[in-house]
Amino acid sequence: MSDIVVEEKVGLAAVGQEQSRYVYASQWRLMWWKFKAHRVAKWSLWALVAMYIVALVPEFFAPYSADTRFEGYQDAPPTVVRVVDDGALSTPFVYGRERALDTQTLQYEHVEDRSQESTIQFFGRGEPYKLFGVIETERRLFTTEAGEPPVLLLGTDRLGRDILSRIIYGSRISLTIGLVGVALGLVLGTLLGAISGYFGGVVDTIIQRVTEFILALPALPLWIALAAALPRDWSIIRTYFFIVVILSFISWTGLAREVRGKLLALREEDFVVAAKVAGASRRRIIFGHLVPSVTSHLIVVTTLAIPAMILGETALSFIGVGMQAPAVSWGTLLQDAQNVVAVTAHPWQLTPAIPVVLVVLCFNFLGDGLRDAADPYSR
Amino acid sequence: MGGYVLRRLGLLLPVLFAISVVSFIIIELPPGDVVSRIEAQRASQGFEMTEAERAALTQQYGLDQNIWARYLNWIGDFLRGDLGRSFQWDRSVADLLAERIPLTIVISLATVVFIFAVAVPIGVYSAVHKNSALDYIFTFVGFIGLATPNFLVALILLWLFHWLFGVNMSGSFSEEFIDAPWSIDKVLDLLSRIWFPVLIIGTAGTASVIRVMRGNLLDELEKQYVITARAKGMSEGAVLVRYPLRIAINPIVSTIGWLLPSIVGGEVLVSIVLNLQTTGPLLLGSVINQDVYLAASIIMILSVLTVVGTLVADLLLAWLDPRIRFERVAR
Repeated sequence: MSDIVVEEKVGLAAVGQEQSRYVYASQWRLMWWKFKAHRVAKWSLWALVAMYIVALVPEFFAPYSADTRFEGYQDAPPTVVRVVDDGALSTPFVYGRERALDTQTLQYEHVEDRSQESTIQFFGRGEPYKLFGVIETERRLFTTEAGEPPVLLLGTDRLGRDILSRIIYGSRISLTIGLVGVALGLVLGTLLGAISGYFGGVVDTIIQRVTEFILALPALPLWIALAAALPRDWSIIRTYFFIVVILSFISWTGLAREVRGKLLALREEDFVVAAKVAGASRRRIIFGHLVPSVTSHLIVVTTLAIPAMILGETALSFIGVGMQAPAVSWGTLLQDAQNVVAVTAHPWQLTPAIPVVLVVLCFNFLGDGLRDAADPYSR
Repeated sequence: MGGYVLRRLGLLLPVLFAISVVSFIIIELPPGDVVSRIEAQRASQGFEMTEAERAALTQQYGLDQNIWARYLNWIGDFLRGDLGRSFQWDRSVADLLAERIPLTIVISLATVVFIFAVAVPIGVYSAVHKNSALDYIFTFVGFIGLATPNFLVALILLWLFHWLFGVNMSGSFSEEFIDAPWSIDKVLDLLSRIWFPVLIIGTAGTASVIRVMRGNLLDELEKQYVITARAKGMSEGAVLVRYPLRIAINPIVSTIGWLLPSIVGGEVLVSIVLNLQTTGPLLLGSVINQDVYLAASIIMILSVLTVVGTLVADLLLAWLDPRIRFERVAR
């Protein structure tokens, strides 16, 4: 008896500490290790976590509220933050702006007005707000004193509102719409995919035909037609919800296909057959073997489906049939940059495009990393 | 082959029916009916509608009938070429679309050609020179291309072209040709501008086709027949062109199935930004103004074009690749 134990210990020592870690690790732990090895995916995950934290408390991270208008700062270019005052290092500050009429082009130009300046205050008192809707506070990550020249890192829109603040507030809608939409699509897709894969036969054929039909349609024109049918006078929440429904109505198809395909393939897998032969109960097979195998795969597909939703909302809002004006989302912000005249005159109004591209890139990289990790036994 | 074509055509019919139902729903979806909309329009122009006129219109649009009869009326007229009337333009929808659809088709087809012409060589290069500097650059640019929505690419390029070369790339024609009658010069002018939307719509598709092409070819390059061919002493180029490339390129044709819907969608959006004379801006205007017959006709025609285009691609693939033709028969 003791001989065997010794032998096993020797054997483990031979394969080494590193290997034994892998032998005893659970599947989820293996996935995590594998995921961590994919560096771009790991960074993308942290970047996304950071962005969602900002979206959770935009009031704190935005220097001003989304609707504050700065008189005399309409269509103002980004302010330059200065750290050198009269040749000496100083705390970061900005100069004020003055609007002057260019007599040649008859256009208003913004020129720096050095007589006014304001210091950027970190964790300073800005406009009051309610944190999470309960705690009253006025602390913001950075802001300037009311009445003094504002710090406008990304310039302003045509009503003189700070674009950076609006981007930060807009992340609430733009970042969550993907999650909510995919959750909805996931429920629909999983349900129909599972029904399809489980029953087979006629039910399967019908669901597959419907799925193929929806996949074959050009989604965007349909989205436009459906979104435009939403009444304009609806509240933001209601519009938001219906936009999500419209977006996920078309995107569940991909998810349903994946679930069905995976279920069909898994039914034939050796380990499922082995579990059956070993006398495992149905419950154990489903929850111990099938569910974990499908879950990892589902997470991957879901992650890769989020960007399409975010892009869909941005596109719809951009052309004016998605979220409507008082609502702030990255798509509605981009409405200001709709034509070549606007874009060339105020290129900084294109900046809401940056977070859109960034988020979509991050989700794509994250999905790629997760896909590799989902199958931890492959090399 | 004949049997395969017939089977695919048979599958097309229910899809076309489903498309017509979806389009009909778009007509019925907006609140209020057609007659009250016309009445409101007339009222805004200062015309009062008499009871008799209202009754005549109600009968004309079949509002006194049930929904099934309305559907049959509408689809019957549609098949006969009567697409209804656009309230917004006060013209027949068929006339309006006849002006716009050709350019939509030209741009979409040109985009497909562009995507394959660019993506296949780059995909092959990336697979053959796996993990080379250029491969990484293509992969990186591809990721950016996938992540940037079409309309943003359009905006950014508009700005770049204006900033670098001082030209305005929006619109289908240069200024002097906008109202000019059709002539050789006008066609040439159109051609000299059409590459711009094609390039924009093609970015995302190109990126994904490059990835598919690279993956397919890499799979094939690892197979033993490639080693055999090399062992025979064939040159690297001959090995590549003679065997793995021919196998890897076939599935590329089938990507049209998912490329086409996104190209048609992208075309709509990019045309709105660039203000092209295609169906895109027309669709947006029609849905915003609840010009239902115009909107439904555009959705119907775009969907049918997409589905038929996919079918043509499938048939092409079956013609290229006998394995697909016989798949069903063998099973």
